[in-house]
Amino acid sequence: MDVATLDPFAGYAPVADGYDEMLDDRAQPRKAYRRLHRELLKLAPEEMSRSKQKADLFFFNQGITFTVYGRSEGAERIFPHDLLPRIISAADWETIERGLTQRVVALNLFLKDLYHEQRIIRDRVVPGDVIYTCRHYRRQMVDVKVPRDAYVNVMGTDLVRLPDGQFVVLEDNLRVPSGVSYMLSSRKVMKQIFPALFRRYGVRPIEQYSQALLSTLGSLAPGGTTDPTTVLLTPGVYNSAYYEHAFLARQMGIELVEGRDLVIHDNVVYMRTTKGLQRIDVIYRRVDDDFLDPLAFRGDSALGSPGLFSAYRAGNVTLANALGTGVADDKAIYAFVPHIIRYYLDQDPILQNVETLLMSDATARAHVIGRLGEFVVKAVGESGGYGMLIGPHSSREQREAMRERILADPRNYIAQPVLNLSTAPCFIDGAIQPRHVDLRPYVLFGEKTTIVPGGLTRVALRKGSLVVNSSQGGGSKDTWVLQA
Amino acid sequence: MLSRVADSLYWMSRYFERADNTARAIEATHGLMLSRGEVAHDQRWYRALTNFGLPSDARDQDPQVAIGRLAADQENRSSIVSCITSARDNASQVRDEISSEMWEQLNRIYHEIASSEVDPQDAAAVMRLVSQVREGSYCFYGATETTMSHAEGWRFVQLGKFTERACAISLLLDAYFPATGKMDDLDWVTLLASGAAFESYCRAFTADLQPNRIATFLLVHPQFPYSVRYAVDRMQASLGAIIENSSAPKRVRIERIIGRLQASLAFTPMSELMAGDLHAFLNGVLEQCGALHRAVHEAYIDYPVEVAFER
Repeated sequence: MDVATLDPFAGYAPVADGYDEMLDDRAQPRKAYRRLHRELLKLAPEEMSRSKQKADLFFFNQGITFTVYGRSEGAERIFPHDLLPRIISAADWETIERGLTQRVVALNLFLKDLYHEQRIIRDRVVPGDVIYTCRHYRRQMVDVKVPRDAYVNVMGTDLVRLPDGQFVVLEDNLRVPSGVSYMLSSRKVMKQIFPALFRRYGVRPIEQYSQALLSTLGSLAPGGTTDPTTVLLTPGVYNSAYYEHAFLARQMGIELVEGRDLVIHDNVVYMRTTKGLQRIDVIYRRVDDDFLDPLAFRGDSALGSPGLFSAYRAGNVTLANALGTGVADDKAIYAFVPHIIRYYLDQDPILQNVETLLMSDATARAHVIGRLGEFVVKAVGESGGYGMLIGPHSSREQREAMRERILADPRNYIAQPVLNLSTAPCFIDGAIQPRHVDLRPYVLFGEKTTIVPGGLTRVALRKGSLVVNSSQGGGSKDTWVLQA
Repeated sequence: MLSRVADSLYWMSRYFERADNTARAIEATHGLMLSRGEVAHDQRWYRALTNFGLPSDARDQDPQVAIGRLAADQENRSSIVSCITSARDNASQVRDEISSEMWEQLNRIYHEIASSEVDPQDAAAVMRLVSQVREGSYCFYGATETTMSHAEGWRFVQLGKFTERACAISLLLDAYFPATGKMDDLDWVTLLASGAAFESYCRAFTADLQPNRIATFLLVHPQFPYSVRYAVDRMQASLGAIIENSSAPKRVRIERIIGRLQASLAFTPMSELMAGDLHAFLNGVLEQCGALHRAVHEAYIDYPVEVAFER
């Protein structure tokens, strides 16, 4: 039989001018990928398909699903998973780790300053009007002291790799970042499917994430509490990330509570158990600020617990993440993060930002609005790929609608150049093909900063697509960070 | 354990048991209504109506259609389909507290019977639905017994199941006794079959069907799983485990009600009951089950906050 026809990489053609994670400019496998490349050459295509079925079955049986909003009934779907790991060299990871640590420290200093002295506004590094117009700025948090001055305790930062091989920050997720259960589940699947390859590769472990999260949360307990009671607060079974909430609560061995389980008495938070009311010290909340307490925030919310914010203010319970962190992941504030890092740490940013134009700036607006086809436009307070326009892939009607929205509310939009995200090999329709990927590592910040080596690699499964969000046809793959 | 979780486990179990009991009674009654005997058709039908708790205006309906509705009508809150749906809704709230096997079994029954809309007029389809529920219940109960840790949550599952069963069998007996009017062996077979008791009864007393013995068997037999006494004993065991850690005022009330109920079933002479007011006795069982339900709810599920701070 002709060997060439069996080459699984025969049709593998990376996008021109982009960075391919596996192949270098001369179409040779990069060092980190060499072993995988070699092993895949030895594998029969049927074997790959069998492995793929095995992995899909695992995800199906585990009920690893997410809910898509914006369609009538909020359909529940199995999270698409790609068979091939995304591999990151020890050197690349070292840079990412240092860069993210620097970023989470600076953002926490920024939040503390913002809700107390506001030096950064007085020193005219970030304009006050940009901050006060943030949808997620919380006046109620002014002068509230949070344990260890740690506001962002779980950060999920989206990184992308540019054609020159450099990782840059696409956006920060500082409110209730999700996806970590996919990271942990897909590692479990990969160990079952590629045990030999896994062992030979020297992949750094990530399974300690749940313990690290629990001890980070514990380190934030109100002063003087030894052996704190920690719970995970979920909006309930109808939330798109409920699977993850239940998963993490189980992994950490803590109660999964809903707002209706909480009782607040004399500014102390309890949960209603069969053995009576049990005091709660730390709440890992996966409920947005707006819905936490109908007395302090949205009065129509049935998800929260009346009086929770008052107990929080009194320092009797810790909420992680703290309230009001969303101001720092507003996409307009994002543009200032390099300045924020320099201002508080007197260091140059290790991870760069993507060039970002604020539509509230008249010059920038005039420049972008005539060339919408060349930009990606995003609504500042949105996440999950909602409310976004990808210029080159948009229709005239979509661009026209976006132009009107920008002119009606310029503060609500930013524009970025269309990025040529790196591609990684994926097993799709029986062949190995390049697809665009990003990377979301999870950063824990409490007594210390912990970043498990890896993260969620998201894949745009549609050919040519640049959108990796699960709600928009994206999938995930396991991320292997190699030992030095 | 969170009170909300305990409550969902309890109701999941109660609704499931209700569906199972209704399925068994429908299966038995369906057979009876097809038979022609000396006993008036109407009389049998009224008795069935009483047992199912259907309003008396259902008398005018065709029995087969009324039974079909009781099985498959999604609008009727007490139909089998509605009970299975409610059981599954409760289970989905506590997906993490029950085993995957339990969830799979419950989910399977739900999809089998709720997704296909059964026409109440189609007797064959109705009977298929009923037997699917009966078979599914063995799987669900087996999974519950063998795959869920017998810890606090399981106790609430048991409490829900046996509270529902004690009530269901009491209602069943109340529909058949006192044995006035004409009744023949077919009626007694139906009663036994509704309580899953025909074979067990025959083993104990042979096929000689005597009303007093049947009542005794379903009411106070200590080992038969569908007797009222057996169910109440299981309730007592579950409650004993649940109240072990609770404060004195809470447990005294619960212990008093269950202890009295248990004693009345164990020690009241059957001859006295059959000669006297069985109806009042069965009503008393139902009332005490209701009182227990409320006492447990107030002590463990929805207790007032002020009470929780008194100690």
